[in-house]
Amino acid sequence: MLKIDNLHATAGDKEILKGISLTVNAGEVHAIMGPNGSGKSTLAQIIAGHPGYVVTAGSVTYEGKDLLAMPAEERAQAGVFLAFQYPVEIPGVTNAYFFRSAYNEVRKANGKEELDPIEFLDLMEKKLKLVEMDEAMLHRSVNAGFSGGEKKRNEILQMAVLEPKLAILDETDSGLDIDALRVVAGGVNALRRPDNATIVVTHYQRLLNYIVPDFVHVLAHGRIVKSGGKELALELEARGYDWVMEAA
Amino acid sequence: MATATNATGEAYEQAFGALRAQGGPSWLPALRREAMDRFSALGFPTTRNEDWHFTSVTPIAERVFKVAPTRSGPATLSPADVAALVISDPDWHRLVFVNGRFEASLSAFAGLPADVRVTTLADALKESPEFVAEHLGKLASGEGQTFTAFNTAFAQDGVVIHVPGGEIVEAPVHIVHIADAQAAGAGIHPRLLVVAEALSRLTIIESFASTGSFGAPYLTNAVAEIEVGNGARVDHYKIQRESTDAFHVGTTQVRQGRDSMYHSFSYAAGAAISRTNVYTQLAGENGETRLNGLYLIDGTQHADHQTFVEHLAPGCASRELYKGILDGSSHGVFNGKVYVDPVAQKTDGKQTNHALLLSEHARVDTKPQLEIFADDVKCTHGATVGRLDEDALFYMKSRGLGAENARALLTYAFAAEVLETIEVDALREGLEALAFARFTQSFGEQR
Repeated sequence: MLKIDNLHATAGDKEILKGISLTVNAGEVHAIMGPNGSGKSTLAQIIAGHPGYVVTAGSVTYEGKDLLAMPAEERAQAGVFLAFQYPVEIPGVTNAYFFRSAYNEVRKANGKEELDPIEFLDLMEKKLKLVEMDEAMLHRSVNAGFSGGEKKRNEILQMAVLEPKLAILDETDSGLDIDALRVVAGGVNALRRPDNATIVVTHYQRLLNYIVPDFVHVLAHGRIVKSGGKELALELEARGYDWVMEAA
Repeated sequence: MATATNATGEAYEQAFGALRAQGGPSWLPALRREAMDRFSALGFPTTRNEDWHFTSVTPIAERVFKVAPTRSGPATLSPADVAALVISDPDWHRLVFVNGRFEASLSAFAGLPADVRVTTLADALKESPEFVAEHLGKLASGEGQTFTAFNTAFAQDGVVIHVPGGEIVEAPVHIVHIADAQAAGAGIHPRLLVVAEALSRLTIIESFASTGSFGAPYLTNAVAEIEVGNGARVDHYKIQRESTDAFHVGTTQVRQGRDSMYHSFSYAAGAAISRTNVYTQLAGENGETRLNGLYLIDGTQHADHQTFVEHLAPGCASRELYKGILDGSSHGVFNGKVYVDPVAQKTDGKQTNHALLLSEHARVDTKPQLEIFADDVKCTHGATVGRLDEDALFYMKSRGLGAENARALLTYAFAAEVLETIEVDALREGLEALAFARFTQSFGEQR
C-alpha cells in the first residue's frame, strides 16, 4: 500500500529525514517510535502533504502512485488520513459543515454520490457513538475551545467519517487521560479492516497496549535505527531509547 | 481644518438658502442656520486632523453635491425591487426612502404598539414639533463634526422613533435607503432620531443600497441620534451596501442610561469611500455597550470605522469586535477610542480588531486609543492584521477539501465569527449567505 524509499527531507536549512525506507501493507499496523526531535512527526506530515518541508531525495509510493506529486487534498481523497498532533481550531465553521464538506468532496472525487445534510446526520449519529461524543459537538466550531481530549476524539471522529485506507496517528495519545485513551484506541481498532493500514506515531509504549502493532520501528536522527515486532515497544519502555541509538 | 473653497462654499450657501424657504416649525431655521455656519466654519477635515488621518475626503470636498431631486411621476421601484436590493423579512416594520425621500407605497409599519411612535421626520415636525425640538441635534450637535453639521443643515427627511417606558417593540423597525440613477451627483442626508425610554426594547435595522448606474458619484451622509433610557435595550444594525460610485459617511451618537444596553452592528461592503462613526456615552451605572462590525472591501474601496466609547459612570462594560476582509488594493481603517472618566470605576472594556488581507496590495491602518483616568478598571485591546492561516488551510486540505474551497471556507469563517453576534435570525442568515457567496465565488474565479 505504502512504500517509502530512501526519503530525505529538509525544513528550512535543516535536514530532518536522512534516508527513511518503510513498507506498509494492507491490514498491518506499524508503530513509529523515537525520542523527541527524531523526525517522527515530520514523516507523518510529509506523507499527508504538509507544504512546510522539502523532499530532497527518495520517493513515496502509495497504491502505485507517486504520493509526493499529489497535493494534500488529493492524498486525502485517495484515502490518506493524518490525525494531527495539534488539531487546528477553526472558529466560524461548524464541525457538521466541515465534516460534510470534507466527506462529500472525498465522495465526489471517488465518483460517489454526495449526501444531503439529513442523510449525513444519520451517518454522524453512528460515528459519534464510536468515540462516545455527543451530537452537540457537531454544532460547535471545529476544535474551537475543545479540551485536549475532545480535540483528539474529534480527530478520530473525522477518521471514522472518512474511512481512510491509510491512517497515520501522530502522537494521538499525548495529553490524554487513561479513559480518553481507551475511547480513542477503541475507535481506531473498530475501524481496522483487512484492506486498510495504520501507522501509529508515538513517544510512549502506553498507546500500543490498546492498539497492538504488527511492526515497531525506532526513528532517531532522521533514520530508522531498529525495527522489530510488538515486543520491541516493551523493551523500549523498559530500557529507554539510549541503547538503540548507541547500537545504531 | 481646511475651509471649503469659496466656490463650493458659496454653492452650498446658495442651496441652503433655497431650502430654508421650505418652512417647518419656527425653531428649525435657527437650528439649521447654526449647523450651516458650523459646517462652513469647520470645512471638510483633512488628513492633518487626527480623526481623519488615514482617510482623505478630498473626493467629497472637491465636489458640490446638489440637493437630491424630489420624485415627479409614479414610483420607479416596486416592493419586489426593494426586496431584491436589501435583506428583509415580511415581519419587520418597514420605512423606505428613495434618494432620501419617503416612499409611502413601499413602506409598511402599521402593526406597531399603539403608543409607540414611528414617523418620518417630516411628519414628526408637523405632528409633534415639541418632541423633535427637545431631542433633534442634542446628542449629535455637530460640534467639531463637519459631516454632522452638514447633515443638520441639509437633512430633508428621516425617521423619528419614540418608544415610551416599558414598551417592547418585538419586530425590528427596518429603515431602507435606496439611491437610484436620479441620485447621481446628489447629497442625501438621512436623519434618524430614536428615544427609547426606561425599560423599553427596540431593534432598528438601517439598510443602505443602490440600484442602477451613476454618471456622477452621490454622497450619503447619515446621522443617527439614539437615547437609550434606564434599563432599556436598543439593538441597532446598519447594513451599508451602496454602489461603489457612492461616498458614505454615517455617524451614530448614543447616550445610555443606567442598566441599559446598546448593541450596534455595522456591515460595510459598499461605497468608494465609507466612514462609519459610532459614538456612545455610558452615562449611567452598569450600562453595557456592544459594538461589532464587519467590512468586506475590494478594488480601490476605502472603509474607515471609528468608535468612541465614553465610560462616564461606574460599573459599565463595553465590548467591541470589528473585522475586515480586504482584497484588491483596498484600504481599511479602524480607530477605536475608549475614554474612562475618573468616576467610572469598575469599568470593563474590551476592544478587538482583526483584519484579513487576501491580496498583497490591500492595506489596513488600525489605531486603538485608550484614555483611562480611573484606577480600578479593566481595559484591553487587541489587533491583528494577517493572511489566511497556513496551518488551518493544510488541516482542511488534509481532510480532502480542495485548495479553493479551503480558502473560501476559511475566509467565510473569519467573517462568520462576527456575523454570529447578529441576533435577528433573518438578517444574520442573509448576511451569512451574502458573505458565503462572495467568497466561494471569488475563489472560483481565481481558478
